[in-house]
Amino acid sequence: MRIIVCAKQVPDTNEVKIDPVKGTLIREGVPSILNPDDANALEAALTIRDQNPGSTVSVISMGPPQAMYMLRECLAMGADDAYLLSSRAFGGADTCATSTTLAAGIRKLGKFDLIIGGRQAIDGDTAQVGPQLAQRLGIPVVTYVQKIREIKDGKVIVERQLEDGFEVIEVKMPCMLTAVKELNTPRYMTIGRIEEAFTKTITVWNENDVGLRPESCGLKASPTQVMRSFTPPPKGKGEMLTGTIPEMAAALVKKLSEKHVI
Amino acid sequence: MIFSEKHQLIRKLVREFAEKEFTQELLDRLDETGEFDWEIFRKMAAAGFTGTKIPKEYGGQGSDYLSYVIMMEELARVSPVLSIYANTSNSLGGGPLLFSGTEEQLQKYLVPTAKGEKIMVFALTEPGAGSDAGSITTTAVPDGDYFILNGRKTFISGAPVADYCIVYARTDLTQKGSRGISAFIVDMKLPGVSLGKDENKMGIRGYPTCDVILEDVRVHKSDLLGELNKGFQNAMKTLDGGRLGVAAQSCGIGQACLDEAVKYAKERKQFGRRIADFQGISFMIADMAAELAAAKELTYNAAILKDQNSKDAPVACSMAKYFASEMCNRLAYKAVQIHGGYGYIKDYRVERLYRDARIMTIYEGTSQVQQMVISGSLLK
Repeated sequence: MRIIVCAKQVPDTNEVKIDPVKGTLIREGVPSILNPDDANALEAALTIRDQNPGSTVSVISMGPPQAMYMLRECLAMGADDAYLLSSRAFGGADTCATSTTLAAGIRKLGKFDLIIGGRQAIDGDTAQVGPQLAQRLGIPVVTYVQKIREIKDGKVIVERQLEDGFEVIEVKMPCMLTAVKELNTPRYMTIGRIEEAFTKTITVWNENDVGLRPESCGLKASPTQVMRSFTPPPKGKGEMLTGTIPEMAAALVKKLSEKHVI
Repeated sequence: MIFSEKHQLIRKLVREFAEKEFTQELLDRLDETGEFDWEIFRKMAAAGFTGTKIPKEYGGQGSDYLSYVIMMEELARVSPVLSIYANTSNSLGGGPLLFSGTEEQLQKYLVPTAKGEKIMVFALTEPGAGSDAGSITTTAVPDGDYFILNGRKTFISGAPVADYCIVYARTDLTQKGSRGISAFIVDMKLPGVSLGKDENKMGIRGYPTCDVILEDVRVHKSDLLGELNKGFQNAMKTLDGGRLGVAAQSCGIGQACLDEAVKYAKERKQFGRRIADFQGISFMIADMAAELAAAKELTYNAAILKDQNSKDAPVACSMAKYFASEMCNRLAYKAVQIHGGYGYIKDYRVERLYRDARIMTIYEGTSQVQQMVISGSLLK
């Protein structure tokens, strides 16, 4: 089996602080990490590979040259090879242009059985690239995969997470899955695989390599425009109720009914 | 020190591992019971920590000394004792084999040690031979295809959980001091090998230490390690790398002390403000940070010299060990001082760091032995 994992390097949002004056994200000095859901996607791919001898896992990403570091991390977790789609022409891409570019890269990789990506990236939170990519490649997609039950006879049976439960879906391969964090616990790199990761070559492709015209990618091919981004005003201080428990309970019920909550 | 991406990734791996896997419950249990924890040891082995600088062909990870010190520092930052779990196979256990082992010995002993499947420990010290390691009295007398070993080794870290032990013994009684000593690989299950009681240690509790007693232990001559009567050189070479590991542990402890001191100084209020706002406290923290940075540079530099096989490496390792181990004790003292009465209470992390730091200036050559090595290299 050939499995392709889509990964993205993102700023570690746990470390991102907001500029109190400008209301924008302070990205300076913020470490870049492998998008957490993508780590789950990679773990799922590695697990399937380990259970199916002869399988391979390729990781593909679109991003600036720094994203090589994240791809080395993927190799150090156990991926067999890695590809980076990197070019000035790809800059400023929205999800639409991103999926066009990724689809072109994946077509160049050739035949595959399964593509796994994270549900969404923690910087954009759109969850659109996975489904769009499947659409471009003309393959079925299952999003929010929380468990892979079985792979058999060219089909995958997965559990798809819902708010209050899950669906069991059988899907024909080749197909695309997007992973949620409940899917697994990503493995650690190992010292030896880190050593190996730095001996491997990461293939870098630009728009010409994957047969895209510059106007079909990046900002030029992005219909989405960010009009404005802002930090919502803080909610304000909550009101603390005082008194005995029955008094506070009565006051709370009164307030809630005033607001038509109950 | 500017690290390559590879070494940055090694640090990331070890830091994430230590912060996630070394739970408070585990650390408290290790300190309270003093017992070895097999589960965490196996997890560390699976991440490759037991074989970091052992070549791939001998079951290791094929990395370098710089990776090794980064690993030791990051492990010790969260748990000094658990850094030893990763250290023994890389250093005192695996080291003598790497320096002197035959291909057969390497395959038989080093491969499982590097993978963490077997534990190999190091036995040089005796009740009457500490800093003066050349005065050991354990003997190994040839008898056909065997050597018969008799003697007592003391403070053997990891002996209660060990499968094998490198034992240094006298093979030529006509020679004095460091001459006439040989190294042997002793299977701990051999008849005549017994253990003393577990020592009740001040710190680094959770990696048991005890005496190893050898009574007419028959060791096959194929388990003689290195040349006959040339074992002492092997021990010294091993300790040289071991010192680097202790320097790195000391840096990790120092970092933990600084982290705790900074955190507490910002939280604790007295006289109406944070104690960090008092110069008496803030200058202590400045000194801690500067000393720590210096110790790290010495340690990384010594590691790079080791990787380059430089002739200056042994003295650099001694300097790093000497300075870093003394540094971490000064930092532990100051971290406790900044915590005041709370620093004396076991609920606060600095109490344990203070106890764990204390061994650093003692094991693998006391500070005074390091001073002898450093001055000896200048005054010969």
